[in-house]
Amino acid sequence: MTTTDITLSAVDDGETRTLTPGQIFRKRVFGHTGFLIGAGLILLIVLVAIFAPLLAPHDPFAQSLSSRMLPPVWDEAGRWDHILGTDQNGRDYLSRLIYGTRVSITIGLGAATVGLLIGVTLGVIAGYFGGWIDHAISFLLTAQLALPGLLLAMALVFIIGPSIWVVIGIVGVLHWTYYLVVTRAATQRLRSQDFVAAAAASGATPRQIIWHEILPNLLSSIIVIFTFELGIAILAESSLSFLGVGIQPPTPSWGLMIAEGKQAMFYRPWLVILPGICLFLLVIGANLMGDGLRDITSPEGRNE
Amino acid sequence: MSTLLDIRNLSISLTLPDGTLHAVRDVSLALEPGQSLGIVGESGSGKSLTALALMRLLPRGADCRSTAMAFDGQPLPGLGDAAFARDISGPRLGMIFQEPMTSLNPVYTIGRQMTEAAVARGMLSAGEAREKAIDLLDRVGIPDPEGRMGQFPHQMSGGQRQRVMIAMTLMLDPDLLIADEPTTALDVTVQAQILDLLDDLRRERQMGMILISHDLAVVAERTDHVAVMYGGEIIEQGPAAEVLRHPAHPYTQSLLQAIPQIGGTPGRLGAIPGTVPSLMSPPRGCIFAARCAHRRAECTAARPPRRSLGAAHDYLCVLDTPPAVRRVATPLVGHGAAPGAEDVITATGITQVFQSRKGLCGPRREIRALDDVSLSLKRGETLALIGESGSGKSTLARIMLGLSAPTEGTVTMLGRPVDQMSGTDRAALVQPVFQDPYSSLNPRRRLAEIIARPLTLRGEGDPAARTRAVEEAMDLVRLPRRLLHAYPSQLSGGQRQRVAIARALVTRPEALVCDEPTSALDVSVQAQILNLLDDLRAEMGLTCLLITHDMAVVHQVADRVAVMYQGRIVEEGPAREVLSRPANDYTSRLLAAAPRFDAGPRLEVAQ
Repeated sequence: MTTTDITLSAVDDGETRTLTPGQIFRKRVFGHTGFLIGAGLILLIVLVAIFAPLLAPHDPFAQSLSSRMLPPVWDEAGRWDHILGTDQNGRDYLSRLIYGTRVSITIGLGAATVGLLIGVTLGVIAGYFGGWIDHAISFLLTAQLALPGLLLAMALVFIIGPSIWVVIGIVGVLHWTYYLVVTRAATQRLRSQDFVAAAAASGATPRQIIWHEILPNLLSSIIVIFTFELGIAILAESSLSFLGVGIQPPTPSWGLMIAEGKQAMFYRPWLVILPGICLFLLVIGANLMGDGLRDITSPEGRNE
Repeated sequence: MSTLLDIRNLSISLTLPDGTLHAVRDVSLALEPGQSLGIVGESGSGKSLTALALMRLLPRGADCRSTAMAFDGQPLPGLGDAAFARDISGPRLGMIFQEPMTSLNPVYTIGRQMTEAAVARGMLSAGEAREKAIDLLDRVGIPDPEGRMGQFPHQMSGGQRQRVMIAMTLMLDPDLLIADEPTTALDVTVQAQILDLLDDLRRERQMGMILISHDLAVVAERTDHVAVMYGGEIIEQGPAAEVLRHPAHPYTQSLLQAIPQIGGTPGRLGAIPGTVPSLMSPPRGCIFAARCAHRRAECTAARPPRRSLGAAHDYLCVLDTPPAVRRVATPLVGHGAAPGAEDVITATGITQVFQSRKGLCGPRREIRALDDVSLSLKRGETLALIGESGSGKSTLARIMLGLSAPTEGTVTMLGRPVDQMSGTDRAALVQPVFQDPYSSLNPRRRLAEIIARPLTLRGEGDPAARTRAVEEAMDLVRLPRRLLHAYPSQLSGGQRQRVAIARALVTRPEALVCDEPTSALDVSVQAQILNLLDDLRAEMGLTCLLITHDMAVVHQVADRVAVMYQGRIVEEGPAREVLSRPANDYTSRLLAAAPRFDAGPRLEVAQ
């Protein structure tokens, strides 16, 4: 009976886990109602955007002066061939809403990605290198926060000229601060961890450390911010379009549709309400999904 | 005299996302007024939860049941939360926490924090409270107590804050003081002072005390009665001297043999195999059975009975007579440097000055972290660098690793100046092992990637060769290969530290720099790692710079010792000599402060 050299078997009898990490993850996903609702909404909207030509009953650009301003089908004057009615130019409203998802999704994803690239790059650089670089980037952040975003966006679109790509670029360039704040703080924390020092002692360059050690640890927070920014970018596009400097007619965009419908808002409220509901669903879906992702990927009790 | 504290059959369970954790089960404790009780156990043994349950500080969602919980004859469970907070918590029961850096509120002055509770309860007027606070600060050894009353916590050192914390709990003259690892975060010399202070105060005020610690040596010296906890149960309890001299439970016996000791010839430590069991389901047999050297069939079949040895000493085991304690330890297998071995890393005349400024244009301040330090590490030896926090030992380690450049002086590795070497060349020569196994592994990477990373960075070998090298390194540190694709979060602290050592060894470096490799680990796991280092010394002639504050660890593994104090090396020499006949005043102070106990089953090393 010896107790001296049993170190070999010492580490071998690790405890049996009741649940694998994958099972815990699945349990958390399917136990999170908010996430399921949000992800479901987003999935639905993305599918509608992709299959818009198949779903839309009419050509969204086809004008028909004989059937202008038709009310939706539940109104007594409604007609079944235009379920949600028509707009000022007699275009089918349902088809325009369906095609509008394409603009919203493109701009939301595009602008949130542009913001992500700018914000995460600056945030990681500021957090990792610190010193005067951090000071300079923090100054940039302060400057950005001091600018009136929507006003600046309007001015820029006005100068450059409106197109969907310009809107994506400008909305993206104005929405990177959240990424920067979060990634900078997280990078500062990660940078002082021993595994970063261990990588440096193995001869890793700062670039290798950032790509291999730091970014994987930022992933979950970046995903969460991305979903929030998605909603914000979509709203920003709608605001710009509503103000006339975003998407230009006749391209169907929910913001533009609200703008076009506003003259007739008191007589034909559905022209404003329907695209409003679509916007609301998309943004609430993105936010619910983001909230859910944050809860699901948060480290508390992830494997313990 | 009635019993001061009487807890019977306390059970605590916590609800986690993947089940219920039965953290504490059937714990019964009793304490007479003026007595002190030590609760010893490794992390996760439930010792802190037991104290928190008494203070009603359990985390939300914890379910706490007991058949009786009485304080000074008064049953506690029936008491409302408001009444408990007013009458019991504070005036009757005081508690000191582990982390002095966070247990004081940084935005209030010491004076305000100390007097607040007494004044708010209407026990003292503001003036009386202030006088009493100054008296107590003086009593706990804070110089210039009147001046300190107006200071903020950040103006004090860790040891001073812990003293303030103690004085603050004494403001309300509690009958029972609970100290949860009060000295774990402090330096050895400060630790001894704080423990002495607690002991004196207890005698002076006839106060009961519960001292919770992972360190058997600390508890043994300072308490009358000891309860050993393992896996949420008290597996043995009795008078301190009895439990230490004649431990009855196999776990207590193993734990005592796992502690490295100063003095005598160091032998292999009695590491306890395995890890602490999962408490997700209540055990059917003995909780220690999986790791016990005396295991038999009935251990896992039914709960072991509580057997008593003498009046107050009992243990939880199927064996009716305690197993005999092994008296002979196997000698160490490692050996030191061969005579005339070459220097692997040499640091000459290293000076490091840190400059800081308050704000952008504030006055420049200089901190001299290292002052003309010269040190060389010979092939095959283990050199221990000892010193307390702030002595500059970790700064020196970073410089010797080539991670930062010193203000003055040079570091050479095998004769080549380190500032002329590329990062990967340097990595082939020296690798680090860090203190905290929880932060030294990237949580998002699998073990195979983590261990192979130094090879990948050097562009060495193809994937198959790398996998082979990883498997060899895992064998070397006794990690099972099935963990190859596990994530760090699935491992225990000891396993993580093995991974960190495997990563350091995978490139076959000339030397390791280990910065406090065992101080974040439990005693039984520390023994495993120290035995591993001994094996590596024997198998591959490991060259190692070991940075530590623990004299017993130095005695266990080091060939040579260098003692650092305020950025200078004050003493250097062979380990045996320095530890038995310290020439420097500071070294003797460090040695005197190291907790030790001479009771217990002393191991003699076989010749």
